[in-house]
Order: sequence, then structure tokens, then C-alpha cells
Amino acid sequence: MRVEEERGRAWGLLGEFETPDELLHAARLARAEGYRRMDAYTPFPIHGLSDAMGFRPTKLPLVVLAGAVIGCVAALGTMWFSATIHYPINVAGKPYASWPMFIPITFELTVLFAALAAVFGMLGMNGLPMPYHPVFNAPRFAFASRDRFFLCIESRDALFDPANTRAFLNRLGAREVVEVEE
Amino acid sequence: MSDVAGSGRRRGGPPVIEPGHTYASVTDKISSIVLSRRTPLFWVLGFFVSFLLAMGLLVAVSYLFAKGLGIWGINQPVEWAFDIINFVWWIGIGHAGTLISAILLLLRQEWRTSINRFAEAMTLFAVACAGLFPLIHLGRPWLAYWLFPYPNTMALWPQWRSPLVWDVFAVGTYATVSFLFWFVGLIPDLATLRDRARRKGFQIFYGMLAMGWRGSALHWHRYEMAYLLLAGLATPLVISVHTVVSFDFAVGIIPGWHSTIFPPYFVAGAIYAGFAMVLLLSIPLRKVYGLEDFITLRHLQNMAKVMLATGLVVGYGYVMEAFMAWYSANPFEKYMIVNRMKGPYAPAYWALMLCNIVAPQFLWFKRVRSSPPALWTIALIVSIGMWLERFVIIVVSLHRDFLPSAWGMYRPTGWDWTTFVGTIGLFLALMFLFIRFLPMISIFEMRTLVPEARPLGKEAVPDDSVADEPEPA
Amino acid sequence: MKESKVHGPKSNVAPELPVHPAGHAFTPGDGLDRRELFKFVGASLALAGATACTRQPTEKIVPYVRQPEEIVPGKPLFYATAMSVGGLATGLLVESHMGRPTKVEGNPLHPASLGGTDAFAQAAVYGLYDPDRSQTLLQLGEIRPWSAFLGEMRLVLEEERPRRGAGLRILTETVSSPTLARQLALLLAALPAARWHQWEPASRDNARNGARMAFGTPVNAIYRLTDADVILSLDADFLACGPAQSRLAREFAARRREGASGGAMNRLYVVESAMTPTGARADHRKPLKAADVEAFARSIATQLGVGAPTGTAESGGRFATDSFARAAAADLLRHRGRSAVIAGDSQPPAVHAIAHAMNGMLANAGRTVVYTDPVEANPEDQLESLRALVADMKSGAVSTVLVLGGNPVYNAPADLGFRDAFRKVARRVHLSLESDETSVECQWHVAEAHFLESWSDARAFDGTASIVQPLIAPLYGGRSAHEVLAALSDQPELSAYETVRQTWSGRLPGNFEESWRRALHDGLIAGSAFPLRALTGAALPASEPVVSSGLEITFRVDPTIHDGRFANNGWLQELPKPVTSVTWDNVAAISPATAARLGVANEDVVELSVSGRRVRAPVWIVSGHPDESIGVTLGYGRTAAGRLGSGAGFDSYAIRTSDALWRSGAVGVRKTDDRWRVAVTQEHHSMEGRHLARAVTSDELSRNPGVVQEMGEAPAAGQTLYPPHPSHDYAWGMAIDLGSCVGCNACVVACTAENNVPIVGKDQVLRGREMQWLRIDHYAEGDPSNPRHSFQPIPCMQCENAPCELVCPVGATVHSAEGLNDMVYNRCVGTKYCANNCPYKVRRFNFFHWSKQFRAPSMRMLANPDVTVRWRGVMEKCTYCIQRINEGKIRAELENRRVRDGDVVTACQQACPAEAIVFGDLADPQSRVSQRRRSPLSYALLAELGTRPRTTYLAKVESPNTHLDAEGRA
Repeated sequence: MRVEEERGRAWGLLGEFETPDELLHAARLARAEGYRRMDAYTPFPIHGLSDAMGFRPTKLPLVVLAGAVIGCVAALGTMWFSATIHYPINVAGKPYASWPMFIPITFELTVLFAALAAVFGMLGMNGLPMPYHPVFNAPRFAFASRDRFFLCIESRDALFDPANTRAFLNRLGAREVVEVEE
Repeated sequence: MSDVAGSGRRRGGPPVIEPGHTYASVTDKISSIVLSRRTPLFWVLGFFVSFLLAMGLLVAVSYLFAKGLGIWGINQPVEWAFDIINFVWWIGIGHAGTLISAILLLLRQEWRTSINRFAEAMTLFAVACAGLFPLIHLGRPWLAYWLFPYPNTMALWPQWRSPLVWDVFAVGTYATVSFLFWFVGLIPDLATLRDRARRKGFQIFYGMLAMGWRGSALHWHRYEMAYLLLAGLATPLVISVHTVVSFDFAVGIIPGWHSTIFPPYFVAGAIYAGFAMVLLLSIPLRKVYGLEDFITLRHLQNMAKVMLATGLVVGYGYVMEAFMAWYSANPFEKYMIVNRMKGPYAPAYWALMLCNIVAPQFLWFKRVRSSPPALWTIALIVSIGMWLERFVIIVVSLHRDFLPSAWGMYRPTGWDWTTFVGTIGLFLALMFLFIRFLPMISIFEMRTLVPEARPLGKEAVPDDSVADEPEPA
Repeated sequence: MKESKVHGPKSNVAPELPVHPAGHAFTPGDGLDRRELFKFVGASLALAGATACTRQPTEKIVPYVRQPEEIVPGKPLFYATAMSVGGLATGLLVESHMGRPTKVEGNPLHPASLGGTDAFAQAAVYGLYDPDRSQTLLQLGEIRPWSAFLGEMRLVLEEERPRRGAGLRILTETVSSPTLARQLALLLAALPAARWHQWEPASRDNARNGARMAFGTPVNAIYRLTDADVILSLDADFLACGPAQSRLAREFAARRREGASGGAMNRLYVVESAMTPTGARADHRKPLKAADVEAFARSIATQLGVGAPTGTAESGGRFATDSFARAAAADLLRHRGRSAVIAGDSQPPAVHAIAHAMNGMLANAGRTVVYTDPVEANPEDQLESLRALVADMKSGAVSTVLVLGGNPVYNAPADLGFRDAFRKVARRVHLSLESDETSVECQWHVAEAHFLESWSDARAFDGTASIVQPLIAPLYGGRSAHEVLAALSDQPELSAYETVRQTWSGRLPGNFEESWRRALHDGLIAGSAFPLRALTGAALPASEPVVSSGLEITFRVDPTIHDGRFANNGWLQELPKPVTSVTWDNVAAISPATAARLGVANEDVVELSVSGRRVRAPVWIVSGHPDESIGVTLGYGRTAAGRLGSGAGFDSYAIRTSDALWRSGAVGVRKTDDRWRVAVTQEHHSMEGRHLARAVTSDELSRNPGVVQEMGEAPAAGQTLYPPHPSHDYAWGMAIDLGSCVGCNACVVACTAENNVPIVGKDQVLRGREMQWLRIDHYAEGDPSNPRHSFQPIPCMQCENAPCELVCPVGATVHSAEGLNDMVYNRCVGTKYCANNCPYKVRRFNFFHWSKQFRAPSMRMLANPDVTVRWRGVMEKCTYCIQRINEGKIRAELENRRVRDGDVVTACQQACPAEAIVFGDLADPQSRVSQRRRSPLSYALLAELGTRPRTTYLAKVESPNTHLDAEGRA
């Protein structure tokens, strides 16, 4: 206890597991226990973890759709405007608005904008780039990018209590539970 | 094919990853290639040579800008030759990467995992080489920005009906999306490298690139969605790019260009050439870096099958060209095909048939498919064949078109060759840098193939739909 | 039509005229700014300065600070003048921009031109501004002032007076200039023992001697093809090379068009010893060794009943049974009085005499063939004249020889030993445009003034006299022959202007000044043509024809550089020669059969030897060339022609001896292992069964008027996916009549001159990068030993649905409201996609910065200020001379009217002597181009591609003799 005071307020408790199964198991129980403000850290995406953690489906597809629509409209609009209104000129006897010949560019720009939306949407939602995050302070956290699986119950959680939560995590079978500093 | 005969001993249907690997071993094995302090000698030599060639390119292009396009062999009527041949050739090669990453991902072909990373890198570098040519083939390259979509000079816009403008967008989009795809795939691995790097400099370098990735479940949640959507977008894109490139010719009215079969036939050709290049690179790589565990025979065999399939499509294209020339009863088309077969450039045509139709037939044999040297040889032949294909389509069609009075011959100059070889040097130099400083195999995806990861769910069960039936040697 | 613009009466201003170039160059818009101008004038005068003691540079420039009133900046003036080749003048109108002559046109009033010109005239301005022109007066290589030369001439006079000029010789080319003749006469009167010799390698000795044979006196034959229904050419390339070629081409073509539109078409039989444009236009052509032509002519003559009565033993001789000969003879007889027999200048006198006899027999004399006194001032046998001179020089009797023009050291017959004899002469003086092979053999070299720089006069083929008036001051203070001869007279300072006026004062009708101005304005002296002479009953010469055996070699003047005098003219060097399309070289032309026999192929080097003299020449196989015959052209292999001319081709004069000026039977051929790359602009001469240059016979046409259209399928007018764009007030179009085109190339040079088209040199032509906007395609179909030929001029088709426009990524080539396929140089980035996609391959790309050649000071003055010069990396092509279209539209606007038909004339159309090209407004149904389009002969090239070209063609109509097939066999 004394030690904690020195360290200042904890950000959360980090439990380390060895296999995806243990992590999944832990995540389910933690959620059943009523914990909400928690996150898992894994070296690769683990199927079923999202449900176990109770994530809502992401809105990313809508962002991508928006990007696609913008790209499509922007492309067609620009070509139509420039070829018929801004600078109409007779090329090879074709009509000013040569719709069939506008299609390739429209398609490409649709894809381009959608792709950009997908990537930057994902990064944005994830709040990346993020140079600093408390979990990096955990001594063994580097293994999260190798072969270890972590479950972190954050102190913001209503049910969070340093002692009880630590005991709870230990009960879930965490190899080790460390406190993540703010 | 003696080497083929000698290499039929391997058993069929090997796994996508050799047994005995753990998350840790996979991670350490791949990241050590990047993080190890000592640079292997072959790397130094290889990089040096390819760098020299790239410098040759620099000289050739500088001289070109100083003197003008006259230093090349192009003339009237053959105003396009090596420049566009190489452009199309490189773009074609650049198709395998995104195809492997995107389409095979959607098809849940797990064997893609260990080759997609450097295949994507290859795509990027190939597209970079390709992108060079549309620029330098201009008579006044310093005005290239007139192709960009804004009223650049005297309120004049690009001419949207020109396939060359379509190219700008297609190639530009393709390069961008390929890069995003590649980089997004790299983020988790960069985090791994960040965490495993010992030297401060590397930690910072990879740290910056990793953007603070920490493998959060919520991030993975969105990450997978983004990656899936990218794959979904890249799939039609990869098809569209070579389609648009083929429009450069199909929209023209020159006999041998003006053909509706071009889009599918070009796309197939691109995949064909792309996989050939992946084989050309992966076979030596897995050897020198001892990656046989990750890039197993299974991968080589599957790629060989894709090559065989696309090779047959391409062959169909050649046959159709000849058939339509006869069936159309169009004297110009007829002469075009006769000129290809019997004209002054006939050797190029027949060599093309040899490389692209005959050579891949050996892939019907399992022993050939299982012999890396044989595969490598065939891949090389196919790469040459695909270059010849573009030579035949571009030069041989142009040099004799409608008015016999305007017919002419084309002879490349030393500068043409220097430029071409130079881009190969540039491509290899970039490849060498890539394998030295970035993980050439996707670490986090490899982890999902590790047996420990199996019990998780059916997705992880190896999909053997394309695996060979075991058969005695 | 240009005549309206001729400012003749005001344009005299003799002594001041020199000032024009300097003066007007001050005004903007002609590429020379004031400072550069001073640099240039300074430089050229620094060189010429020493000689220009009578005219100071300041005098040249100062008066022009105030402008002559008729000069409007940007508006060209046209002056009439005349150009002589081989002593025969063609009347020209020369376009002058701010005092710089930039473009030559034909003078419609002049009988030899009628508005058309030949390639030589079109290229004259290049000769004027040629940077390699000799720029100073030299004595033994030292620059000397004109006064020094005057002093030398004074010395000559003092030496010669006592011995009445016995040591003085003057050598000129053929002289028809009354003034020069007058000066020479005066000189010879003063120094009776002096001698005047003439030599020209392409002299018309044969024609003169032939006339002497036939009529006992050298007369000048003039052909009137307008009235000729049947023409027989005995090795005469009268349409493309020879006296009055432009006029004859026009008359010939007019009759072809008349025939094609239902009238009576003329029929042309050609027997020739080489493949010439005239032969290509023949309805029936027979390749024949030069040696056999006489025998052939005799057999026809006999069948016509000339000389020996028909039926006797030797009637007809070797060709008595020849179907071609019989058919031709019969045809001639059917058209008594309406036929013409023309003998070529390279044929021996006997053939000319026979031709005269036939024309007499056929009662053509006085109708289709008329005779006048010779045009030459002294119609002597030039070969004999030269022989005499050489003999005198050898004997040492000659102490001074003045060579006024010409290049005898280079082009004298090889066996005369001219050079050695020449060196024996103590004082050798040469007047010439370039410091050439002869100049370097002389102590004195006088830089000659170009005909556009000096006053003179000359006579046309019919004697019509023209005043040659300068358009610009001598760029390098050059002198004319008149001034040099004046130096030997008692008025050494007399200017050429005064000399010429003296000649004509008293000889012009009415008030001298008025008629002088009139003469300058019209470009000819009215009524100066020689009166016709009634001559009939020419005697048939008794001489027996040489019996041809084995290989022969024939010499001809070159179609592009003539006898070598144009060797340094870039436009002519790069001009593809008719039929072969060879540039920058001459070749040894042989027939396919002979090539096979000798085992040689194109570009193989063979060693030709004539009586021990040898020369190495590249072989070129020409289908239609007679077997067992080698045809070479003169004028190449120059050693001191200049940067362009020296070293090009081989010197055929080296094997041309006085006993065999035009043909030799004693020729040896030895194949060597060397090869010689020959730069041609067309490598393939077969149509591959495509209906490109269409030709029908008059019978086929009368049987089925739609025959031409049926040759290919053209989409119907409304057959289009998209609605056509609204066309504005004008719809420009061009119609080219293949039946009129004689393939003379004048249009190509005209286009080059009008549009600042650069030359690229042999190496680049070899790489297929020639720049001419207009090309004349040549096709040879059928039996390679004597195929049917067609010429097809190919400008831009100005497609309404232009494939080139569709593919340009930056919109650098787009469509104008008047239907032109505009090329926007400034916008071009050089993807070359347009050129690839052009089915007619008319687009030309600047692979290098070729327009640099217009940076040389003199070349700047050559450029047409109305046309941009194109930068490196830019595509270019025929524009229908858009600068002329706009000029016409502006004029029409000022006069507040529509452009009338004929207001706008493209350069090619204006130059064409055969009126094959017609340009105009398709929106006007009455315009000539619209009328041609309605003709059943009209068709569009590659119409099946749906490009809807604005340039269309009229198929060639031939009128073969039904008893013969095209190859001349029965």
C-alpha cells in the first residue's frame, strides 16, 4: 500500500496470459463480472475476442462508403464541368460530355478515396499515431508484440479496486498481474 | 529440364509452415533477419551491383533530358518502343503483390501469408519503375504536370478522353493503394521490431513507423475491418489497372491494337508476369535466408499453378488475335498477323510463343512444380516472354500499319538498353534495401499459422482446397 | 491571284533597294531584333566590308529609319523576278517580309510558269541564305577589296589591248540574258581576238544539233500539249525536268482532267532509258536502253512513212514488229496534227531530228509543235566550245580566263583534262556563289551575288524576256557577272542596274520609264517572245543507230540538285527523289533482273568503270528501269560544295567522257564488299492490295461511273453514333487529283519553305525522322520489270473524327470550328501517341532541337515570320497553311465579305504546276473543292476507318490504247 502512494494513481491492472484461449476465457469472465473499462493486448488478432470484450461493430464501413461516394462524385463532376462548361472544345468530333470515356477515371478515384478513408479512418478511430501510452510502462509489455497476451482492467472502471481486481485477475489464471502507472 | 527430373523426390502437399514453430520462434526468426548487426556478404555485393545499374539509369535519363528523345531508336512510324514496352512490363509485374494480398485474402488462401509482404513490396518497386517511363518518354518531360487534373495552363484541363490520362489515375491510384495496403500490413510488425530492437536508433526508427501500435483488441477489431475493406477495394483495382493500361492500345485504331480482347488478356498476362517475378525472387530468398520453413514447397507449387492457369489464358489471347484477324476478313488485321508471323520481326513473335505458351506447359508435371530450380528457370523464361509480348504488340504493330508508304523499321540504341537495364537495377536495389530493413514476411500473420493458434477457430484451419493430393515419389 | 498584291511600279527603286533587308529588319515580328540585326549586319559587313568600298554600311542602314511607304510591318510584299537554270528563265513572284525574301511563287503571267514552279525555284531562298555561301572576294585566299579586282582587270585590259585580246578567254554557262550578251559582244568588239566559250554539263547540244540536222539551222522547238491528243516521248522527261517543265505539266494535266470529266483525254506513250516521273504518268511505257531509242524512233518513223517508203527492206528496223511501236505509230497517225513527238535532251541529235521529221510528217509542226529562233544568245555546240578552250589553254595561248559562273573543274568531261589545262593559264578568275572546286583552282575568286540580290535579265523557253530584279541587298557584297564584265569595259564602275537599263532603253515600247516599271511589275516584257518560224519537212538523218550490246550506263541531271549547283541546298538535298525517294545521295539505278544477274542488292557498292575511269557507287534497284542499263545522276560527290553538299553521293562526272556525255556502252561493273547506307523516305512501294492510290481506265469509268467508290467502303454521311458538332461559316477542305500529279516534288519544297520545316540530315532520315509535312507517296504495282506507277501527295487529312485528337492527354491537338485539326505546339508535351494513332502517319516529331538551324544569322532571315518554329519534343504536322487561311479571312473581314473561292491558296497548291491540289471552303457548294468532291472519282483515303477526312482524292484516270495492255505488250 505504501508503495502505491509513492507511485501515484494507477492507470490499471495488467494481467499476462500465455495462450489466446486463457485470454478469451479471462475476457469473458471479466465482462460477466461486470467490468467494462478494460482492454486486451495481443500479438495478433484473436477471433472471438471482440465479442468476448463486447465491442460494438465498427463504423469504419460507413466511413469508407462516404469516401467512395465523394471520390465518385468528385471525379464525374470535375470531368463533366471542365469538359462541358469550363472549357468545352471539340475533340475528335466526340460530344463534350463523353460519359463512356469518363468511367475509368471515375472508377479509379472512387477506389482511391475509399482506400484513403479506410486507412485514415482506422488510424483516426484508433487514435494513432499515439507516441505515449501508459501500458508501455509495464515491464513485460514488450512481449505483447511477440508471444504474450494481456488483459488490462483500467482504474476508470466503476468496479475497479486495486486489491479486488488484482485478486480477480489472479483467479482468472494470469501468470502475473502488474500495475500500470499513469 | 534435367534439374526437374532430378528434383522429383519431395513429397506432395506440404504444409504452409513447417511444424515445430511457436509464436516466439516465428517472431525471432523473421525479425532477426532485420535486426541482426552483421550484413551478409551477398547482400552487399548484390546491392552494389544493382546500385551501379541504377546509376546507369541516372546517366541515361540525364543525357535524355539534355539531348532529347532522339537518343532512343524511336522514329516515324514507331514512336513508342522500349519506353512503353518497359512501362507495361513493369506494371504487369507489379500486379502479383496486390493480387496475392487482396484476392487471396478474400479467398482465405492462407498460404499467401508468407509471401504477401515482399510480393507487395515488389509491387511497389515495380510500379515505381513503371511510373518512370510515362514521364521520361515525354518530349518535354518538364511539362508532365499538364496531365494533372486542374486547369493548369490557360485554363486548359487534361483531355479526359485520352487513355494516357486514365493511366495517370489508374497507376497513381494503384501505387497509392498498394502502398497503404503494404504499410497497414507492416504496422504490427513494426511494433514488434520496435519492441525487439536493441539499438536506440532502430527503436526510434521503428517506433516512429509503428505509430504507437500496442496490439489493443479494440485496435485489432478496427484494423481487421480496414484490412478487409482494403482487400475488397484492391481486388477490382488490380483488375482495372491493367485493363486501363490495355486501353492505351485498345482505344487506338492501329491494327494489332484495336482489339476488345485486350483487357482480360492483359490482366491475365499481368498476373502471369507477376507470379513469375515472385518466384524469381522468393526462390533465392528462401534459400539464402533459410526461410524454407515459411516459404514452403506448397507456396511454390501454388504459384506455379496460378502461372499455368494464367499462362493458358494468355495463350488463348494469342490464338484469338490470330483467329479474329482471319475471321474479321479485315485486310489490315490480316496483314498485321501475317507480318507478326513472317515479317522482319518474326523471330520475336515465335520466341514469344516459345516463352509464354510452350515453357509453362512443363508446369503440368508435379516434378517440375516441386523443383525450385526448374520453377525458377520457367519463371525467368516467362518474364522474358512477357517483355517480348509487349514488344510484339507495340513495335511490330506500329512499324507496318495502314499505308505501306509509311512503313519503317525500329532498332533500339544503347541508350534504350541502358535505360531498361537501369530500371532493373533500381528495382533490385530497392528490393535489397527492403529485405534488409523491413520484415520480408508478415510476422503477425505467421503467428496465426502457428499450431498453438489453431484451436481458435475454423478460420485458422489450413485450407487445402489448392493443396496437392499426396502421391508416391 | 497573288498578282493583286504585286507592288511592281513602286518596287523599282534600284540603288536604294539594297537597303531593304537591313532597314526593315528593325521592325518587330520577323525574328531579328534591332541589336541582333546590327550584330549580323556588322559581322557580314566586316567580312564583305573591304569590298564594299563604294557602299558604306551606315548608308545601308540609316535611310531606312524612316520607312518606305508601301511597307506595312507584318504585311508581305511580292516582287516579280525570274530565275534561270541552264539559261532558261522561269518568271517568279517572290514574297518579301520586311525586306527579306522568304518565299518564291510562280508568276501567273509568265509563260514558263503560269503560276506554277519547280522544286529548284521553291528552294531558291535557301540558296540565298545558305550560310556556306562565299562571302568575300579572294586573291590567292587573301581577302581583297573590289578596287583591287578592278585594278587587276585594268591590268588585263592593258595586257590584252595590244594583242587584241588574243590571251583572254571568257567561260560562261548558257547565256540567254540580253544584257550579258550585249556586254560580251561589246567586249569582243573591243578585243576581237578574245574568245567567249560556254559550257554547261546539262547543255542542250543534242537538241540544237538535232534541229541543225533536221532544218539546217538550230531552232528552238516549243510544244503545245493543250492541243495534243497523243504524245510520244522518246526518252524525254518533259513533265519533270527540261525546258518549260512547269508549263508542260500544266498543259498535260489540264488535258487529263478534261478527259476524266468526260472530254477527250490525251494519251501518253513513253519510251525511256530510266524510271522518270513522266514515264510514271504514261498510259503506255516501254523501258528501253538509251542506245535503242534511236532504232525505236526510226521504226516508228518508218511506219509513219517518214523517209524511206514503208515496206522496203529496212523498213522499221529492229522494232518493226514491236507491238508498242506499231500501236504508237497507228495512234499517232490517227491523230495527225493533234499529236506530238518529244525527244529527250540526253538522246543524240539524230533522235531529235527524227522527232522533228515525225512532227513534220504528222502535220504537228505549227500546231502542237512550233519553232522559234534559239533562245540562247549564242547557240553553239558547247562541248566543241569547251574543247577549243581546253586546247587553247593547253597550248599556252591563254593568259587570262574569266569563269563567270559554272564549275568546269568539277563538271567538265573527265577526258578533256580541264583542270591541268586550266592550271596552265596565268591568270584565273572565278565568279561563283560558293567557293567551289573551280574557285580553289583560281587566283581570283569573286563572290557572286545571288539572283535575288542582283539586277539582270533572262529569256524564257519561248524567248520571252524578264527583268531579274533583286529583293535584297547583296548579303555579302557579292557581284554579278554584269559588274565583272563592266570591269573590263571603259565604265568599270557601272552598276548592274544601269547596265540592264541600258540594254532595254530604246528596246522597250513607248515611254521607257513606264514600260520599264510595267516590265518589273509584270515580271516580263510584253511581246518579247520570239516570232514563230514556219518550218516543215524536216529531213530524216541518214545516220545508223548504234546497236546496243551488253551493259550500258546513262547519265542524267539529278532531279533534286540538278547538275550539282544545288548540292549545298538543304531543302533539295533532303527532298526525296521522285520514284526512288532517295535523299542525300545519288545511286546506280538498275533493274531487278540486272541486279539478279550481277548478284547485287540495294546498298551494295559497285565499282563502275568507263574507259579506265572508275567510281564507286551504291546500287539501287528500281523496278521499271531498263535491263542491262545502269542509270546514274550527276551533281554528287562534290568536294568543295559546303557543309551539306561536300561528300554526299559519288561523282559521276569522273566517268563521264566527252565522247559519251549521256550514255556509254563501254561500262564495267565490279561488285565490291562494301555497303553504302542510302537514306530513303519510303521503303515499301507496293500497295499490298489496298485501294490507296486509286486508278481506273476511261473505259472502266464510262462503263461504271461508281467504280472508284466501289473499290472501298466508306461510311454514309449520317452513319455515326454521336451528333456532329455544328460547323461554323467555313469548312475548309482539300481535293487532290491523282490524275494531275506528276510527282515533281515542287509542293514538298513549297511546304518546307512556307512552314519553316527543318532539315534533319542523312543520318536522321536513315532513322526515319524526316520532317517534311507533305510527302508524295509512290506505288509501283504489277510486273517489276515495268510496273504501273502512281503518285499520291499526302498532307494532313484534317479528319473530322481525328484519331490523333482523341488520344492526346493534354488537348494539344483539337478541332477548330472550321474543321481544322489544329496542332497547338505550346500545349504539346510530346507523348507521340497522336502520331502512333494517325492512320496516315502525317505527324512529324521533333526528336531533337532541329529548329536551332534557324539561329544562324542568315537562316533567321530565311524563316517565315508568319509561322512558329517548333521546339524540341513537340509534334507538328500540316496545318493547311493556317497562316494563309487567317490572312485571307482578315482580308475578307476588312472588305466586309466572306472569303471567296481562291482567296486562300495553300503553299502546295500554289506551287503545283499541274494544278493537282485544290483547297477551299466545303460550305460553299460552288467552290472548286466542293465541285471536285462531287466528282464520281472522288474518294477519301482509308474512309472505312470512319475518320471522315477533309482531304480527299480524285482517282487517276488512264486512257490506255485498247490494243495494248499497260505494260505495252500486245
